[in-house]
Amino acid sequence: MSSTTASVTKVRTASAGISGDVIFAAAAKAAGIFVLVLLGAIIVSLLIGGMPAFIAFGPGFLTNADWDPVQQIFGGAVPIYGTLLTSVLALAMAVPLAFGIAFWLTELAPVWLRRPVGTAIELLAAVPSIIYGMWGFFMIVPFMSEYFQPIVIDWLGDIPLIGGLFQGPPFGTGVFTASLLLAVMIIPFVAATMRDVFMTVPAVFKESAYGLGCTTWEVMRAIVLPYTRVSVVGGIMLGLGRALGETMAVTFVIGNTNRIATSLFGPGNTIASLVALEFPESPAGSLKLSALLALGFILFVISFIVLAVSRMLLKPRAN
Amino acid sequence: MKRISTSLAILLAGLGMAASAGAQQITGAGATFPAPVYAKWGEAAKAAIGIELNYQAIGSGGGQNQIFNRTVDFGASDAPVDAPKLVEQKLLQFPAVMGAVVPIVNIPGVEANQLKLTGELLADIYLGKITKWNDDKIVEMNRDLKLPNLAIAPAYRADGSGTTYVFTSYLSAVNADWKSKVGASTSVKWAAGTGAKGNDGVAATVKQVKGGIGYVENAYATQNKLATTQLRNKAGSFVTPTIAAFKAAAENADWSADPNFAVSLIDTQGATSWPIVSATFILLPTDPKDPARSALVRKFFDWSYKNGSDIAAGLEYVPLPAGVQDAVRAKWSSLYKG
Repeated sequence: MSSTTASVTKVRTASAGISGDVIFAAAAKAAGIFVLVLLGAIIVSLLIGGMPAFIAFGPGFLTNADWDPVQQIFGGAVPIYGTLLTSVLALAMAVPLAFGIAFWLTELAPVWLRRPVGTAIELLAAVPSIIYGMWGFFMIVPFMSEYFQPIVIDWLGDIPLIGGLFQGPPFGTGVFTASLLLAVMIIPFVAATMRDVFMTVPAVFKESAYGLGCTTWEVMRAIVLPYTRVSVVGGIMLGLGRALGETMAVTFVIGNTNRIATSLFGPGNTIASLVALEFPESPAGSLKLSALLALGFILFVISFIVLAVSRMLLKPRAN
Repeated sequence: MKRISTSLAILLAGLGMAASAGAQQITGAGATFPAPVYAKWGEAAKAAIGIELNYQAIGSGGGQNQIFNRTVDFGASDAPVDAPKLVEQKLLQFPAVMGAVVPIVNIPGVEANQLKLTGELLADIYLGKITKWNDDKIVEMNRDLKLPNLAIAPAYRADGSGTTYVFTSYLSAVNADWKSKVGASTSVKWAAGTGAKGNDGVAATVKQVKGGIGYVENAYATQNKLATTQLRNKAGSFVTPTIAAFKAAAENADWSADPNFAVSLIDTQGATSWPIVSATFILLPTDPKDPARSALVRKFFDWSYKNGSDIAAGLEYVPLPAGVQDAVRAKWSSLYKG
């Protein structure tokens, strides 16, 4: 290759580079800003749409448990409570199990098994939620209604104080079943995150601890968990984020009732589920539609807070 | 790139062919309850008179929104739109077809159409006042049945639906307590029970829970062989849900009572009438943007009235009485020219 052709090529790339850089930078910037604008537009349109409901009911919208489309009274307390309760219960069930999975995969499982099991968990995370919903409705609900709930109601229903949590007709659906299903759905997320952060612990730390005579559990408790604590909480928050917004699967099994149930087996409702169910029959401009949009706004705010917290906690450690 | 452009060309050609071969299109949106019969009518009408119906079952509320905004040629709604709103939105309302809502139960040892219920009992069950199947009030009416000491588990539509509107209209008509405490709407404040999505959700819940009771469209109950019940009608006799009983209800209604055909078929007179029957409505602009398309819509329903009865009956819907069809046609010719 002669030197002249080489220099010509060089010049051409350089000039293409200058204008190309500008165009590309502008395009990338536009894409970034577009996301922000889109996010802002969603929040604003939800807020504007929900305004009539916020004005009509004031702050009482958050605490009023009455949802009466005939009287045009709409309160958000039941779906908000249901959303938070099912999500928290789901976490309570999912986190210990997810921790067990991650612990086993990183410390105990034979090396040849770690990859297939890890992949299987990631696959579970990809199953569409409607599939979980159908599975829940046709497998879990009958099981709950036939076996689990009647037995638990018989055993625990008469105990003072906590008995009230386990009473009512054994529909099979309800808050408890919804939480169980949500737990199954978020386990893959939480377990996969935990496994990944457990693997970031430098081997030298763990080996030193083993060298001092620590058991596997002691290494986990004294080295791995303290090292990854913040990221683990972040992973749990990611799971919580998914549980909060889950719609279809919950709709199938929660019982869709706008009453606050005292029993865990009683039916309830969540924001996402209520919005999905009531939307088609809400005429434009009606107070009901506005109340649904207001609920959407509240869900947005809750999810935003949860995700922001998880973002902050998941930030890589400074050192 | 070449492959993309080739496939694009094929796609465009396909679209062009569809458009040229395709009959004249009309679009409608709304109620889900009559969607199966509209779909069948559409198929048959395309073959017979070359009108192709594009119907989107998005729910009655959505159908009303769409026709208010004039994004479709006609809207469809289970609940009739009230007269002032029709005037304001410049709409003509007429019934297309009728259907019935039936209670379904799951009580061990009780077969289909054995259990006798009244509207008052149904309301009390859904109000949470009657909670056991061997309650004296139910036993009193069913001396011949052995009713178990089993909790009643009421199931209702969790999604807003025309079926709920019809069912709650009936309960409001027969039970003052229900009317004052709950009322009638596409979704209401239920006092007892659990909600499920769609007819299939309610049916599955009732099937799964011993002691369950629910309400579904008749077509759904028949196709899935669900255990329906008898109901006491206004004349005081117990009737089983049959097409004949639904037709009797329609014939005993006074269709001339309302110029917009918003006639209640709930709890009508007549010894053989089924008490929970309802018409589903079409909303057509009286000032159509495109008069030719509006005429096509009328032609479509005119054809369906004449030739669609068998299709409707096959799907367990109830065709309109001939007198009502004629009244609708008279309304058309008075409102639209040509």
